[in-house]
Amino acid sequence: MSETVYTAKDYKTGQPRWCPGCGDHAFLASLHKAMATLGVAPHNIAVISGIGCSSRLPYYMNTYGMHTIHGRAAAIATGAKVANPDLTIWQISGDGDGLAIGGNHFIHAVRRNIDLNMILLNNRIYGLTKGQYSPTSCRGFVSKSSPYGTVEDPFRPAELCFGARGRFFARCAAVDAVGSEQVLVAAARHKGASVVEVLQNCMIFNNGTHEAVATAESRAKNAIYLEHGKPMLFGADKEFGLMQEGFGLKVVKLGENGITEKDILVHDAHCQDNTLQLKLALMEGPDFPIALGVIRDVEAPTYNDAVHEQVDQVSAAKKYHNFEELLMTNDIWEVK
Amino acid sequence: MNDKMNVENLEDVIVRFSGDSGDGMQLAGNIFSTISATVGNDISTFPDYPADIRAPQGSLTGVSGFQVHIGADKVLTPGDKCNVLVAMNPAALKTQYKFCTPQSIIIIDTDSFKDTDLKKAMFATDNPFEEMGIHNEVIAAPISSMCKESLKDSGLDFKAAVRCKNMFALGLVCWLFDRNLSYAEQMLREKFAKKPEIAEANIKVLNDGYNYGHNTHASATTYRIESTGAKSKGKYMDINGNKATSYGLIAAAEKAGLTLYLGSYPITPATDVLHELAKHKSLGVITVQAEDEIAGCASAVGAAFAGALAVTSTSGPGICLKSEAMNLAVITELPLVVLDVQRGGPSTGLPTKSEQTDLLQVLFGRNGESPMPVIAASSPTDCFDAAYMAAKLALEHMTPVVLLTDAFIANGSAAWKLPDLKQYPAIQPPYVTDDMKGNWTPFQRNPETGVRYWAKPGQEGFMHRIGGLEKSNETGAISTEPENHHKMTVLRAEKVAKMVKAIPDQTVEGCEDADLLVVGFGGTYGHLASAVSTLNKQGKKVALAHFKYLNPLPANTEAILKKYKKIVVAEQNMGQFAAYLRMKVEGIHLHQFNQVKGQPFVVEELVEAFTKILEA
Repeated sequence: MSETVYTAKDYKTGQPRWCPGCGDHAFLASLHKAMATLGVAPHNIAVISGIGCSSRLPYYMNTYGMHTIHGRAAAIATGAKVANPDLTIWQISGDGDGLAIGGNHFIHAVRRNIDLNMILLNNRIYGLTKGQYSPTSCRGFVSKSSPYGTVEDPFRPAELCFGARGRFFARCAAVDAVGSEQVLVAAARHKGASVVEVLQNCMIFNNGTHEAVATAESRAKNAIYLEHGKPMLFGADKEFGLMQEGFGLKVVKLGENGITEKDILVHDAHCQDNTLQLKLALMEGPDFPIALGVIRDVEAPTYNDAVHEQVDQVSAAKKYHNFEELLMTNDIWEVK
Repeated sequence: MNDKMNVENLEDVIVRFSGDSGDGMQLAGNIFSTISATVGNDISTFPDYPADIRAPQGSLTGVSGFQVHIGADKVLTPGDKCNVLVAMNPAALKTQYKFCTPQSIIIIDTDSFKDTDLKKAMFATDNPFEEMGIHNEVIAAPISSMCKESLKDSGLDFKAAVRCKNMFALGLVCWLFDRNLSYAEQMLREKFAKKPEIAEANIKVLNDGYNYGHNTHASATTYRIESTGAKSKGKYMDINGNKATSYGLIAAAEKAGLTLYLGSYPITPATDVLHELAKHKSLGVITVQAEDEIAGCASAVGAAFAGALAVTSTSGPGICLKSEAMNLAVITELPLVVLDVQRGGPSTGLPTKSEQTDLLQVLFGRNGESPMPVIAASSPTDCFDAAYMAAKLALEHMTPVVLLTDAFIANGSAAWKLPDLKQYPAIQPPYVTDDMKGNWTPFQRNPETGVRYWAKPGQEGFMHRIGGLEKSNETGAISTEPENHHKMTVLRAEKVAKMVKAIPDQTVEGCEDADLLVVGFGGTYGHLASAVSTLNKQGKKVALAHFKYLNPLPANTEAILKKYKKIVVAEQNMGQFAAYLRMKVEGIHLHQFNQVKGQPFVVEELVEAFTKILEA
C-alpha cells in the first residue's frame, strides 16, 4: 500500500451527465469516498463498465477506465484482472447490462471467483434507451415495451449470485451514503468476486421503485442493516428482530411473548452454508424488512490467484522456460 | 536384400490411411510421415476426419482418412491421388477409392471384409471390388486375426490386441517403402510411456506387419524414396498449422517481452490452439477458456488494456459472435490478434472441413467504418511466421489484426526447420514515455504511423478512460462532434493503410513474362504453386502471386494486377478475394476459379482450368 493519503477528490474527474436526482450521483460520491478509505493509488485502479446510464461512471473516475460494450464488462474485467492481478478492478453494470445481455458473463465471473468488485446498479428499468422493462422489473410492470404489463418474473440478483456460488453479496441504497461506502469498502477488501446490489432510483422512467429505502426514516422502518456478529434488529428504536421459524424466518417484536435480544438471530456473513444468507437476501416488504449491508462474505481461492499459482507450479516442474527450449521438447531431426 | 523381386526409386509417394475413426489411422499416418522426414524426405500431411466423434462402427460416415505425401525433393501439398490406399474396412474402400488411380495399391484387412462389414458399408454383393469395378493390385491380409495371434501371450484381451491393427498396416507400408522401423518404435515408446505393455504390443505388431510383407512378397515391387538433399541444413520437426500458430504467438510474446494471453472458447478446427497454449504455463502463457466466444474475445480486449499480448482464437461462427468485441478493439485502438481457423459455412456448416469463406467477413463484417488488418497463412509451417507477424503488427500499430488460417493447413503438417528467434525482427510497441507525462492524451499519435501510444494501467501519470464511444482525437473525451468523428474515422483508416510500409512487397513466382497470372491467398498456396509449376514444366507461361497480406494489400499490388494480360483468382469460396481486388484496383479483369467443397484443391483440376483460361 502506498503511503500517500488520498482523499475522495483524488478519484474524481469530469462532470457527471446523469439526470438531476439520479441515484448514480449519490453512488458515485460514495465510491469516491470508499476509494479514499481504501487508499489504493488511482493509477492502480481500473474501472470497467458496460453500456447503460450507470456504465458512464468510468468517465468520472480519475483512474484507468474502460467504458466497453453492452453486457461484456465482466468478461473484459476478467481478462484485465487475469492479465494484471495487481490492479484493483471495479466492474460497473446496470441491471440490463449485468443481468440481461451480460447475464452469462455475470454468473461465470461470480462462479470463477475472480477478484473483481462487481457493482450492480439496479433501477429495474432501461434508462438509456428510454424506459423499457428490465430483467429485474416486477411481473406486470408497465413500461414502453410492456404497455399491458410484463408477463415474466424478474431475476432476484442475490439468487443469481448465490446460484453461481457467489462468495460475497452486499446491498445498499444509492442514496444512503454511509451504508453504501461501508459495503463498497467491504466488497473491495473481500478477495474474490464481490457482488454489490445498489438499489438505485431512476427519476425519469421508474421513479420511486426503491421508495421503501429512499430515506433514513423509511430505511429504519423497512430495512435491516446486517452486520456480521450482531443480532438482527431493526426499526426506529431497534424494537423488531428476526428469528428462525421452521425452514424460514419471522419478524418478532422485542418484549412481546417474552422475546428478548437473546432470542434474536445473530448475523453470520462468514457461514459457508448460504441457506440462511439467501433467505435474508430475498426478504421483502411488506412482511419483511429489506436486507442491507454485507449479507455474505466467505473466503475462497480466487481464479486470478489460482491461474498464476498454476503458472508458478508448472514453471517449477517443467524444464523449458523459453521458446528455444520449447522447440527442443519436440521430436527433432537434423539435416546435415 | 536379394529376395526382393524389384525395387523401384520414386520421386514422391502418397499414402492414404483410412478406416473407422477409432482405427488409429491418424497415428499410423503421423508415424509414417515423421519417419520419412527423419531420413530427409519432405513431407506434407492432411487428416480428413468426420465431424462425429464415433459414428457407428463400419459405417460410411465414420470413415477417417489421413493422407501423407513424402518426396525426395520439396512437396507442397498432401497430393491429389494416392499411390497406396490402406482401407481397414469396406466403408473405407467405398468412400476413399475416389482418391486412387488404376495404379494405386490397395491394402485391406480381410478380417474386416466379412458379410456384416459389407452390409454396414451398403455393399449389395459379397465382392466389393467387382461391385465397384476395382482392378487395382490389392494386398489382402488377415490383419485382425494376425494381431490376435501375435499378441495371444501378451496378456492383452482380444479387443486391445485388435486395436493394434493400425500398426500392422503401418508395418506393411513401411516394408513397401523400405522404411526403417527403429524411429517408429521410439515414437511408440514415447506415446505410450505410461503403458509400456501397450507400447510393446504395438511394436510387436508393427514388426509383424513389416515381416508379413517381406515373407509373403505381398507386393511384386517395393519402393524407395531417396532424399535428394534439397532440404537446407539444420534441425527440423514435424508441425501442423495450429501448433505452428501457437508457437508463433509464443515467440512473438517472448520477443516483445509481454505475457501471452489467450481468451478462447472451444470450436473445431481451432481448439488445438487452445490445447497447445494451455500446456505452456512454464513460458508464462495464460489461457482462459471463457464461457462463450464473446467472452473469449472480450476478455482478450481486457487483457490488452491491461498490457498483455492478447489473442482470441476461433473459427467462422465464433467470428460472428466476436465481431462486436473486435470492434471495441478497433475504436479503443488496442492490440489484439484474432485467429480465425476457417471451416465450411454458413452457420455450423462443415465443422471439420476447410474453406476460405470468411475473408469478407473479417474484412467488413462489423458495424461502422471498421478497418482491420488481415493476414493469411499460406501453409502449415507458414502459420508460425504469419502468427508472429500478426502479433508484431497488432502490437506496433495498436490495432486488432485477423490471422486467417483454415482447417486444411491447421491440421495438415509438414517438416519445419526450427526458427532462430534471433533472426526475427524486434517487436516494439509504442509505449508512452516519461517525458509525455502531463500533456499526454489517449489518442495522441505518432505523426508518421498514425499510431497512438500505449499507457498501461498501473503506470503513474497516465490515467485515462477509453471505450466504445467515439472520442475526441485531441482530448480523449467523449465526442459527438461531427468533424471529429469524420476525422477519427479517417485517422483509423489511415493508420491501417500506413501499415503497408511495415509489410513486404508482393512477390510473383514462376514465369517472369507470364501469359497468365494465378492469384490466390492463404492455405491454397501448395496447390496453386504445384499447378503453376506443372504448367511451367509443360512450357506454359504462368506465374503465381500468392497473397499473405490482405489488408493492407502490399504496395505493388496494383502494379502486379495491371501487368498481366490474363489473371485468374483461385480461391475456396465464391469469389471473395476477386471481389475485394476489384474493389481495391479499378479497371482489372479477373477470371475466377471457385470451389467450395470443404476439400483442398486438386492440382490436376487446377491445371486443367488454368490451361482452359490460357487457351481461351
